[in-house]
Amino acid sequence: MSVLVYSESENGKLKKSSFETASYGKALSQELGSKLICVSFNCSDIELLNKYGADKIVNVESSNLKDFTAKTYSHVLSQVIEKENISVVILSSSADAKYLGAYLAGITDSSYISNVVALPESLNPFIVRRSCFTNKAFSTTEINGNLKIISISSNSYEINENNGDGVIENIDYNEVSSTFKVSNVEKQSAKVTIADADIVVSAGRGLKGPEHWHMIEELAEVLGAATACSKPVSDMGWRPHSEHVGQTGKPVASNLYIAIGISGAIQHLAGINSSKVKVVINSDPEAPFFKAADYGVVGDAFDIIPELINKLKARK
Amino acid sequence: MNILVCISNVPDTTSKINFTDSDSKFDKNGVQFIINPNDEFGLTKAVWMKDSNKASVTVLTVGDSSADTILRKCLAIGADKAIRIDCEAKDAYSVAKEIVAHCESIKYDIIICGRESIDYNGGLVPGLIAGCLDYNFITNCVSLEIESGKAKCAREISGGTEFSECDLPLVIGAQKGLVEESDLIIPNMRGIMMARQKPLDVIKAQNINSRANDKKFFKPKEKGEVKLVKPDELDKLIDLLENEAKVI
Ligand SMILES: Cc1cc2nc3c(=O)[nH]c(=O)nc-3n(C[C@H](O)[C@H](O)[C@H](O)COP(=O)(O)OP(=O)(O)OC[C@H]3O[C@@H](n4cnc5c(N)ncnc54)[C@H](O)[C@@H]3O)c2cc1C
Ligand SMILES: Nc1ncnc2c1ncn2[C@@H]1O[C@H](COP(=O)(O)O)[C@@H](O)[C@H]1O
Repeated sequence: MSVLVYSESENGKLKKSSFETASYGKALSQELGSKLICVSFNCSDIELLNKYGADKIVNVESSNLKDFTAKTYSHVLSQVIEKENISVVILSSSADAKYLGAYLAGITDSSYISNVVALPESLNPFIVRRSCFTNKAFSTTEINGNLKIISISSNSYEINENNGDGVIENIDYNEVSSTFKVSNVEKQSAKVTIADADIVVSAGRGLKGPEHWHMIEELAEVLGAATACSKPVSDMGWRPHSEHVGQTGKPVASNLYIAIGISGAIQHLAGINSSKVKVVINSDPEAPFFKAADYGVVGDAFDIIPELINKLKARK
Repeated sequence: MNILVCISNVPDTTSKINFTDSDSKFDKNGVQFIINPNDEFGLTKAVWMKDSNKASVTVLTVGDSSADTILRKCLAIGADKAIRIDCEAKDAYSVAKEIVAHCESIKYDIIICGRESIDYNGGLVPGLIAGCLDYNFITNCVSLEIESGKAKCAREISGGTEFSECDLPLVIGAQKGLVEESDLIIPNMRGIMMARQKPLDVIKAQNINSRANDKKFFKPKEKGEVKLVKPDELDKLIDLLENEAKVI
């Protein structure tokens, strides 16, 4: 009974989340007294997983699996699961990993649970802690079934180095046929995404119009941060939907969240609750966001942001 | 074309989240329930496809009779028919299996779910359905067009958009972008009157065992006081972030 980690890569390189999932997988496999097997698709630096304690690294290379698809990837994983006698599968909480996890649970008839925030509280019965109600609460949940699939929230488990001497293996598998074809991918290159960012700079209706976002982008650039916004800002088309964070938008679990001209409505707070440190900049001292903040500045964003940018630049 | 829209009945976004029975159950007391926002985007798209693709639209929920109100609302928005699989929705696995059993008896070309529900945020049900039925599956779906029996879709991915094509049948996880917020249909008097004539069938559940059971709920710790920095002392803010919080 081993632990399998799906190690995600992008452009042939492992993503940071792969080190989180490997660290989590290693700790879990040690508790279970079992082996850690990492599986990656078309990735050139898989040997790095050894640093996090992999006992075996399965390398799946195929030009037919160049594009991620939940269906074809799941069918390959399900064959590894069977061959290696896997009892727990660990995934990150990226959009692709969650997409894959649910489908994989369907074809393997197994239990899947997402938004897990810590190592299991108990192994038998298998009880995990997860966030729910858009981070307004947590629950401890017992999961049953021979195969368990869990996806862990980003930044909820620390990356730990752990010497492994995993052999890299190529595997034989049967490809499933699928009518699903990716026809095109449009990406804003070089931009930090909300899901991967350590710092997120977010702004709301207080900014008055899309023409003022240059200062938000500049602040984000100085900090190496991703940009985000409140719901009305994306509804009005000031910013793309992909930047909308909150209960009905994206969740943010960054180390630092800077909220500028955002009032702090309950639906907004729900989505950013699991960010570690929150800074609020708002002209209204009564803005509800201050109650949820660690640090705050009461004042006009149009004065504060340019000044903050200058000071941060001077510090470098 | 037959479209099924799976509807989850969730607490209104302004609801206070509380628990009862020694913190083992969500406290529904005084909570208003709404159509899960992601499902509403999907439903609106389905209603449009009645015209563009001559589709017939069925809405389905797995739940007890308290969900009938929102099913009526879905009918008023424009669905042709509603089905409720009569049982308490326990976990994603059992809900998905109930829906799968129904879809094995009645074939749908497209099954529209929400990307995730805003209560448990699992994002599990649509993938489970697709995996069990071996259907194509696209989640975080922001565009869907059907042309000569083929689907053209777009999915939001990290930092961009992925465009794809596949055959039907298909399961999607809908989100904002599939239709816009301003496209959402607010039921009018005529819609509400017509909804009363439309069928709402209650069917027997398979009573599938759940796989995930919540033992105990708890809320995050209360925050301490916010540390305020004066607008003309931004150096102090930078210092706090660098040396106290250690985040920059
Ligand atoms: C079903 C539902 C789901 C929702 N989901 C979400 C969600 O996921 N995410 C989300 O964000 N919202 C969501 N909302 C909307 C939410 O209720 C709020 O309306 C929204 O978050 C407010 O956005 P805002 O803070 O940008 O704007 P406002 O509430 O208008 O706040 C603007 C703030 O800017 C400040 N300000 C003004 N001028 C300045 C200045 N010069 N300098 C500094 N500060 C200034 C003001 O003091 C104010 O606090 C949802 C609502 C509903 C009903
Ligand atoms: N009880 C239910 N009845 C019908 N559909 C549901 C139910 N629960 C979830 N769904 C569907 O599955 C989607 C994702 O839900 P979840 O997996 O709970 O995040 C929802 O947006 C609905 O479309």
